[in-house]
Amino acid sequence: MKIGVLTKQVPSADSPLKLDGGGKWIGEENVTFAINESDAYALEEALRIKEETGDGEVVVASLGPQRVQRGIREGLSKGADRGIHIEESLPYTSDPFLTATLFANTLRNESFDLILSGLQSDDLGLGQVGVLLGEMLSMSTATLVMETGISDSTIRVKRELEGGWFQWTTLKLPASISIQSGINTPRYPSLKGIMGAKKKEIRSIARNEVDDGGATLQTLRKVYIPQKVKRTEMIEGEADQVVAKLIDIFKRDIKVL
Amino acid sequence: MDILVVLEHKNGTMHRASMEAIAAGQSLARDLGQTVSVLAMGEDTSQMAQEASAKDVMEVLTAEHPLLKDYSADGYAKVLTQVIEAESPKYVIMGHTYMVRDFLPKVSAALRKPLLGDNIAYRIEDGSIIFTKQVFAGKLSADVVPNGDPPYLVTFQSAAFQEDAAAEGNGAAVRPVEVNLESGHISTTSEEPFQETTTTVDLASADVIVSVGRGIGKEENLSMIKALAEALGGQIASSRPVVDAGWLPPYHQVGSSGQTVAPTLYLALGISGAIQHVVGMKGSKNVVVINKDSDAPLFEIADFGVVGDILEIIPKLTEAVKAA
Ligand SMILES: Cc1cc2nc3c(=O)[nH]c(=O)nc-3n(C[C@H](O)[C@H](O)[C@H](O)COP(=O)(O)OP(=O)(O)OC[C@H]3O[C@@H](n4cnc5c(N)ncnc54)[C@H](O)[C@@H]3O)c2cc1C
Ligand SMILES: Nc1ncnc2c1ncn2[C@@H]1O[C@H](COP(=O)(O)O)[C@@H](O)[C@H]1O
Repeated sequence: MKIGVLTKQVPSADSPLKLDGGGKWIGEENVTFAINESDAYALEEALRIKEETGDGEVVVASLGPQRVQRGIREGLSKGADRGIHIEESLPYTSDPFLTATLFANTLRNESFDLILSGLQSDDLGLGQVGVLLGEMLSMSTATLVMETGISDSTIRVKRELEGGWFQWTTLKLPASISIQSGINTPRYPSLKGIMGAKKKEIRSIARNEVDDGGATLQTLRKVYIPQKVKRTEMIEGEADQVVAKLIDIFKRDIKVL
Repeated sequence: MDILVVLEHKNGTMHRASMEAIAAGQSLARDLGQTVSVLAMGEDTSQMAQEASAKDVMEVLTAEHPLLKDYSADGYAKVLTQVIEAESPKYVIMGHTYMVRDFLPKVSAALRKPLLGDNIAYRIEDGSIIFTKQVFAGKLSADVVPNGDPPYLVTFQSAAFQEDAAAEGNGAAVRPVEVNLESGHISTTSEEPFQETTTTVDLASADVIVSVGRGIGKEENLSMIKALAEALGGQIASSRPVVDAGWLPPYHQVGSSGQTVAPTLYLALGISGAIQHVVGMKGSKNVVVINKDSDAPLFEIADFGVVGDILEIIPKLTEAVKAA
């Protein structure tokens, strides 16, 4: 089984988010980066499928500036076999169609049996790239996947529906599957894995080499701090004062004590 | 055709996001001076079509086929693509539901037209349209514009438009459209939907809910939450990452993929306020939020808010509740 995994590097959840001067993105100083949450689950699922089927290859692919190589290296240290980096000068790409096109042109010749991606990226939250890529490579697709079972020519996946419902769907391979957070418990890299990763290959491709000049379908004009609408009553003070006020509110305003 | 709102249903009943999408379509139609039509897809769309034709829309299209009886991404994408090609709408509008996430990018790929997803608003500036969505887990907003010629595929986040804002009309005409679908078009087979866990915790009828998020840091700290919930006589709930980590069983999860709750008090501890969580608890009568980040989006819907460290506050609060 030859498996490709898309892992995106995104600002980690507790990074300070300051707007950059251009108003189009965040300033990256003081930002720490991490692998997108659902992508980390996708990578783990790929590694497990490889272990289960006992053969094949897991290839991690990432699009972004030079810094994303660290994310790829993390994937390699967890057990992925090699990496592909589509090098982009911008810190972000905001058109999912373009992102998927760049991946399609890069990965087409790999002829993966399976491509796993995260359900959505934690920065832009577009939730499209896995399905778009699957379409572009004529693969079957499924999203919101919470369990997988692989066989020779098909993959059976448990899809999450709304409100706590699920459904099993069987897809023909090759397939592009978007993984939902919580599907497994991602491993940590072992020391041996970290050492071994240094020797693994990361192939770098300039974005221009795989850009077929197609139009950008949507443009991110600016990012900004949202306007606050609701007036929340903020309770201030030291912990003891806050607690006393909360008790008062529980008694008088909310009447649960 | 100008604006086409595409409906979604479960066993024939319209999804509430579809009614919100009709309201969005009507609003857009007013602002752009355009007309709005709706499309119902399925094996038998009569119930949905009837409901939609009571709304203030120009026309109700129905796309019926036996292969649309059960949802498949391939089937729905194929049929919607055909309808868009035949009718040439400028905007195609849907709610940002799980089903739409699953199949609408396929339509975008087939038509090579943009899918602008999960918007919370739109506005018109100098005659062109700008959509707004949340980015960075709701901490920032982004303005996004479509490029090139229509159609543009657009989805709106839950509650971006109000269901009851969908204006009534006087009986729009229903027009069946032609559908070409063969079983060979559908590369998947699906089994019956099911629910995983029988809910042993009745969050829906709880009066007090103490809800915990990733801010709790580690599993050991959950005992703190249990003590507080016990002191308050309330139930424990959580955001998704707490369940994903295996710290609480799934039936504690509140949100779009978990339970919907409406207690008298929803005490949210270390929860940031992602929309998928908020949809499950925004009906709560009183929301009290404790979070160390003053910019956490959940403060937006809080009645009372504390910027502080839950690990410090919870034990003290538990003692004070016991003493009260
Ligand atoms: C299709 C889909 C469905 C989803 N369904 C659901 C769902 O049903 N329910 C759900 O909840 N989520 C759901 N999610 C996930 C959702 O998008 C968010 O990722 C999730 O709600 C975040 O949970 P959180 O707020 O606990 O974690 P985070 O977003 O990581 O927030 C943690 C918060 O804790 C605060 N914090 C940290 N330490 C402390 C401390 N010591 N004291 C006080 N505050 C602290 C931080 O400031 C932060 O605001 C879904 C996502 C998708 C894409
Ligand atoms: N720049 C990128 N590099 C690697 N993977 C990406 C990138 N952008 C998107 N993806 C993958 O596509 C998924 C969905 O992303 P999105 O459509 O941007 O929400 C992510 O979870 C990743 O798995």
